Order: sequence, then C-alpha cells, then structure tokens
Amino acid sequence: MNALYALFAVVVLVLLAFLGVSAAGLQVVFGVIVPYAAVSVFLIGIVYRVLKWATIPVPFRITTVCGQQKSLPWIKSSPLESPPNGLWTAARMALEVLAFRSLFRNTSISLASDDKAPGGKRIVYSANFFLWLGAIAFHYCFLVILLRHFRFFTEPVVFFVPLVQVLDGFFQVGAPVVYMTGLIILGALGYLLFRRFANPQVRYISLAADYFPLFLLLGIVISGILMRYFLKVDVVKAKELTMGLIGFHPVVPDGIGSLFYIHLFLVSALVVYFPFSKLMHMGGVFLSPTRNLSNDSRARRHVNPWNYPVHVHTYEEWEEEYRDKIEAAGIPLDKG
Amino acid sequence: MYDGGKIVAGLVLFLALVTSPIWYNVVTGKAEYKPEPKIVTQEKECVAPKAWMTAMHMTLLNDWRDSVVREGNREYVAANGKAYNMSLQNTCMQCHPNKAEFCDRCHNYASVKPYCWDCHVEPKEKK
Ligand code: HEC
Ligand code: HEC
Ligand code: HEC
Repeated sequence: MNALYALFAVVVLVLLAFLGVSAAGLQVVFGVIVPYAAVSVFLIGIVYRVLKWATIPVPFRITTVCGQQKSLPWIKSSPLESPPNGLWTAARMALEVLAFRSLFRNTSISLASDDKAPGGKRIVYSANFFLWLGAIAFHYCFLVILLRHFRFFTEPVVFFVPLVQVLDGFFQVGAPVVYMTGLIILGALGYLLFRRFANPQVRYISLAADYFPLFLLLGIVISGILMRYFLKVDVVKAKELTMGLIGFHPVVPDGIGSLFYIHLFLVSALVVYFPFSKLMHMGGVFLSPTRNLSNDSRARRHVNPWNYPVHVHTYEEWEEEYRDKIEAAGIPLDKG
Repeated sequence: MYDGGKIVAGLVLFLALVTSPIWYNVVTGKAEYKPEPKIVTQEKECVAPKAWMTAMHMTLLNDWRDSVVREGNREYVAANGKAYNMSLQNTCMQCHPNKAEFCDRCHNYASVKPYCWDCHVEPKEKK
C-alpha cells in the first residue's frame, strides 16, 4: 500500500508536468518558475536543517565501537574502529562517506536446520553485501551523471565533462553512445526497490517515504534515458533553457519536447523534497555522532557543555556545622 | 552552536559547489551564447525534416551505418521520395562540408565528440 501511494504520487507529478506543458502551455512555469523555486527551497532548507542540528549539544562521546580502544602500549588497539584522535576519526569518516563502510557490515539472519538445536533449527547470521553493492553503485552512478550534466550548466563546457563522457561511454555502442552509468543506476535502483518488496522484514518497516524517493529517482532516470536514446528532445534548445536559468536571463525556446519538462519537474520535485526527507542523510552522515567522535573519553576529560556551578555541601563543612553535637554523641570525627 | 566553525565551513563549501556553475559563467561571460549552425548548401531540404534531423541525426547515422555495414544496403529513400546514398562522408558532408561551422558548433555546445572521425575522413576546410 505504501509503495502504491508513492508510485501514485510520482505518476501525478509526471502527469502534472505533461498536461501543464502540452495542454496548458505552461512552459514558463515548469521551465523557469518551478526550477528557481525548487533550488531556493533546496538551499535554504539544507542550510536551515544543518544549522538546527548544529545547535544540539553532544555532551559526551558516543562510542559505539567494535574495536579495542587505545590504552596501554602493549595492548593492540584498533584505531580505525576506535579512533584515538581527530586524524583517525577523519579516516573513519572518509571510509564511511566514500565507501559506505557501515553498510558493508550488513548481516542477514536466517534459520538453518540443525539436528542438535532445539526445534531442529538454528539462527545463522551471514554477511549480505547486496544492499551495500546496490547503494554504492547507485550513489557513484548518480555522481557521474551529475558531473555529466555540467555540460548543460557551463559554457564553454568544463574540462571534466568530456573526460567523464569518454570513460562512461567507453564501449562506444550506438549513437548517441550508450553510457554505462545509465544502465547501472537503473539496475541499482531496481534492486533497492526489489529488496523492499522481497524481504518481509524490510517490507514491514518500509514507509511511503522510503518508496517515494526510489520511484522519483526511477522516474528521473527513465525520463532521461528516453530523452537521450528513444523519444529525443532538442538538446541544444534544452541547454539554451538551462543556461538561461544559470545566467538569470530565463528563456523558454520553442519545441524542446514535453519529456524534457517532465524530467525537469521530477528533478525539481526531488530537490524540493530533499531537505524535508531522509535524503538529508547527505548532510547528516557528516554529523553522525557514532562516527565523527573520537573515542578518547578515558584520555581526555570532556565537560558537559551545559554544566553550571552546583552548590555542594561537603562532608567537611557538615562536620564543622554539627561538630559539637557529634562530639557530644561520642561519634568519631574526621578532623580531630 | 556546537562545532560551529567546522559546520559553517562545510555549509559554505556545499553552497559554493552547488552554485559553482553560476560563478563559472560569470567568469566566462558566455551564458547567452547560442550555436548557430551554418547551412552552406544550395539545396532546400535535408534528408528529413529539419526538426527531426536536429534531434534524430545520430540515430539516423547509426541506422545508416548498420544498414550499409551489416546489410549491404546503401540506398536511403527519404520521406519526400528522393533517394540518397547512405554515406557519412559522401552524403551528409557533401551538403554540409563546413564541419567546423555546422556539426562542431552544436557539438561543442552540447559537449559531444563523435568518434566517427577517427576513421571517416573529415571534409577539407579552410581553417
Ligand atoms: C543542431 C545542432 C547539431 C548539428 C548541426 C549537428 N549535430 Fe550531431 N549532435 C547534436 C547533439 C545535441 C548531439 C548529442 C545528443 C545527445 O547527447 O543526446 C549530437 C550527436 C551526434 C552524434 C552521436 C555522438 C555520440 O557519440 O554520442 C553524431 C555521430 C553526430 N551528432 C553527427 C553529426 C554530424 C556528422 C553532423 C554534421 C553533418 C552533426 N551531427 C550536426 C547536435 C547537432
Ligand atoms: C541534400 C543536401 C543535404 C544532405 C545530403 C544532408 N543535409 Fe542536413 N541539411 C540540409 C539543409 C538544406 C538543411 C536546412 C534545412 C532547413 O533549414 O529547413 C539541413 C539541416 C540539417 C540539420 C539541422 C540543423 C539545425 O540548424 O538544426 C542537421 C542536424 C543536419 N542537417 C544533419 C545532416 C546529416 C547528419 C546528414 C547525413 C545523414 C545530412 N544532414 C544530410 C541539407 C542536407
Ligand atoms: C573503426 C573505424 C570507424 C569508426 C570509428 C566509425 N566508422 Fe563508420 N565505417 C567504417 C567503415 C570501415 C565503414 C565501411 C565503409 C564502406 O563500406 O563504405 C563505415 C561505414 C559507415 C557508414 C556507411 C558508409 C559511408 O560511406 O559512410 C556510415 C553512415 C558510418 N560508417 C557512420 C559512422 C558514424 C556515425 C560513426 C561515429 C559514431 C562511425 N561511422 C565511426 C569505420 C568506422
């Protein structure tokens, strides 16, 4: 049901753009106003949320580590798992951000038959690399595709675009050349969606907010592939439109094709949705306390930032106050 | 704010990356450039209607190549009934001999570098 809601939402977005452009002639709305508004919401939303996170104190080190902390010199420590200082923490963060190391540790639970175990079954945990593989394939393809799109946002085209294009179109199949990232990202998104349907536990915890980004991204990828290889749009005119946006002198050339506006509208939807959704993990990964804090709470004293001076009444003061009464009762005193 | 220095630095970097195309085009000052491919032939029509050619010529060339190289069929009958020899050098470049001012103008703008000219001979042009 959740998946259907999400799919329905994406279909509505597609129809909105299609009818808006082809029936109502709202090219200016979908080609200029919506993209500008979307990017503004994106930037302001992200900055707002990150600054809001920044106001939350982290009073102590949250050390969910799975390695030996640095202690005595003859005990072997595992600095990457339990980083003793900022440098090792940066290394742990780099692996997290660039290689998705936490996902790599994904395990799957299954029941294996075992005659000796009660009930004849036993729980086994095994490594499951597919989630990691799907995620990393998706993210890196997305990056390459984003870099390739700089051909629409720079004039003369920046130096890295042709490099990326040559590598991506390495096999020189067809004309226009088939880019492998387009195929891989489709496979990766397909797997990530399939995983939510196929695995009962994952399906049970999947919300519409989990399906929506997947369907939206699939919509963007599919409309992009259709535009490039099958239904075609006028690429030169599309670039005139995007360059108009970038240079703040918006133009809406005639005859680009409504598929382009569908693509652009889905991207605008993604960008607007971004700051309000789980997609904020892009910024959040840098602020995850279990990853970005070094495990040095035994080596350094960390003072709770909201500590205020507490009025204490020590034993010495108390003894002084009741000295005569204690003496009278014959109880021994610390300070004779 | 806690760790404000690092977080603000990260945000500034993020904003700089997202808006980088704007600054890039301010520096180059070419945001309003439009490629105007120049037609030099006396002919009135391309092998297909113009709008279709603009969007589909790569697909057409791909079909021509397959037709010639795989099926040995070199004749293309256009929608207007005219027959053409399916050839990149001898047909397209006959009417469009000004590669630099025609094909390349669009291609540079859209960052496409057809590798066809690794093998096929470019028309000789006065540079
Ligand atoms: C109106 C602009 C325009 C003109 C003129 C033009 N092209 Fe293109 N051409 C394009 C665009 C845009 C693409 C890329 C489409 C894409 O990336 O989806 C392209 C792609 C191609 C491709 C596929 C390249 C690849 O490797 O992906 C070939 C081959 C090609 N053009 C050949 C030619 C030839 C030959 C001429 C001159 C006779 C020519 N084109 C003139 C705009 C143009
Ligand atoms: C008979 C001469 C002739 C041949 C052969 C020919 N063209 Fe054209 N081409 C033209 C003319 C004339 C136009 C301009 C049509 C117009 O303005 O209506 C044109 C327009 C185009 C355009 C659109 C340019 C724009 O401004 O959008 C492209 C792209 C193109 N041709 C590519 C090719 C390719 C690729 C081939 C080979 C498959 C080819 N042409 C073969 C004469 C020819
Ligand atoms: C590896 C070298 C090579 C490359 C690269 C190459 N071709 Fe060819 N092409 C050939 C050869 C060889 C033939 C066969 C020539 C013949 O039989 O007339 C041919 C034939 C063709 C033909 C039909 C015959 C003719 O005279 O044009 C077309 C059309 C064609 N190629 C288009 C392309 C396009 C478009 C590209 C770029 C996307 C391309 N080729 C890249 C080698 C190449």
